[in-house]
Amino acid sequence: MKLCICAGPATTGKSAVLRHMISKLQAAGDSVAFLKVDVQYAEEDEIFAREFGIPTRKVYSGELCPDHCNVMVLGDAMQWAEKSGANILLVETAGLCLRCSPYVDGGLGMIVIEATSGTNLPLKIGPMLSLADVAVVTKIDRVSQAEREVFRARIQTVAPNVKVREVNALYGIGIDPLVDILRNQPDTWDKMMLRGNPPVGTCTICVGKKEIGWQAHFGVVRSLENQNFYRGE
Amino acid sequence: MIETITIFGGHSRDGEPEAVQRIELKMGDVVSIVGPTGSGKTTFINDIELFANGNTQTGRRILINGVLPPVEYRDNPSLNPIALITQHTTFLSDLPVLEFLTEHAGIRVLDKSLIEQMIADTLSFANQLTGEPIIPGVRMTELSGGQTRALLIADATIICDTPIVLLDEVENAGINRSRALELLRAYRKIFIFVTHDPRIALLSDYRIVMKGGSITDLLRTNEEERAFSHQVAKLDDLLAVMRDKIRFGERLTTHELEGFA
Repeated sequence: MKLCICAGPATTGKSAVLRHMISKLQAAGDSVAFLKVDVQYAEEDEIFAREFGIPTRKVYSGELCPDHCNVMVLGDAMQWAEKSGANILLVETAGLCLRCSPYVDGGLGMIVIEATSGTNLPLKIGPMLSLADVAVVTKIDRVSQAEREVFRARIQTVAPNVKVREVNALYGIGIDPLVDILRNQPDTWDKMMLRGNPPVGTCTICVGKKEIGWQAHFGVVRSLENQNFYRGE
Repeated sequence: MIETITIFGGHSRDGEPEAVQRIELKMGDVVSIVGPTGSGKTTFINDIELFANGNTQTGRRILINGVLPPVEYRDNPSLNPIALITQHTTFLSDLPVLEFLTEHAGIRVLDKSLIEQMIADTLSFANQLTGEPIIPGVRMTELSGGQTRALLIADATIICDTPIVLLDEVENAGINRSRALELLRAYRKIFIFVTHDPRIALLSDYRIVMKGGSITDLLRTNEEERAFSHQVAKLDDLLAVMRDKIRFGERLTTHELEGFA
């Protein structure tokens, strides 16, 4: 089973890119299964099932962070995809807080970002970009050639080893190289490991403490005047 | 070094073979693509951008210098020889013009001593296309529609320096088109205009005619059209003057057409 985990901010065109990839993978004889991980709303599973007749599922992360949810369900999802007769599993995830990345060793990590989000974006999104294998840049017809080039250069500054691919997901321009990369990807390993280090786990916000001000929290905290420091046992 | 692009015709939406089965664009050519809305002009441009190889809906194939384009063109965006400017293309940066161009030139040229001259050339090029000179200290997002268009073209031509420039209906926003064509011809590239504008069409070397998703004809600008293009330019200028008068709240009189006989 080949695995591709696709992350990226909302509305950048992840689903549009995946739609073109699915149709090209199908044309090449592959059987694709699709899993969507989102926080509270998604309909891509129903749309792709209707459009391509492929096995699809979605899972709402709800109270969990989507990347956390992804770690929890991915093992089951691989088994489900296998049982459904697929040889490729595409996972689309929201990846929201920009401290984690959902990619796993042995699977293809693909981030979708839009050229229209400004040339500083690559500097802001952390491991979701720097730990990816491929950075797919969408909406390239909307910005000047100059900004396209600066955007690309900024990605390579943050993530020198990431392959940058520019696409126009409306017309499917630039999708073929992505399909080639995925088809040449080795099968996933039995024991999958998260690629990046998750952030420090003692987050009082994540466990539901809502009071404002570091005095109300413990673990790694910070005040306005200090760098991070540890408070607690 | 790119010398030619060859386009092998595919088929129309109905599956009929295209009337024109082979077009060769040579370095230095200025070409217009004409045809009504929905005739397949943008798809044609997309085929070139995709380096189609029988794998798009039109079945067209594109060769560069007579052979299949190198995979790197497709795989590595920084080696892609095509710059594309559409009606939707714009600058999003809010940096001052000079700072923005310096940054762009900085990632394009390794010899930093060339940057200053390159930016001066770009601004001078842009300023010849627009009626309102660009102030280097102004923010990119504050440029007018005409200034933006002019700078997009100048930047793609001089700083990007890609051998192929695709311009998809960019004539609508107040740029001096005759001057643009004249300046562009000084740079040895292939310029492809998707256009409805008689002025650009007649100043092109030839026009590719589209209908129903298919290339139906290839019209080389003939002697008559070439001679006539001056009058078209004159008529166009007269209309531009009238447009300006309307814009500035003036009345028009029958005298407006006196220059055109």
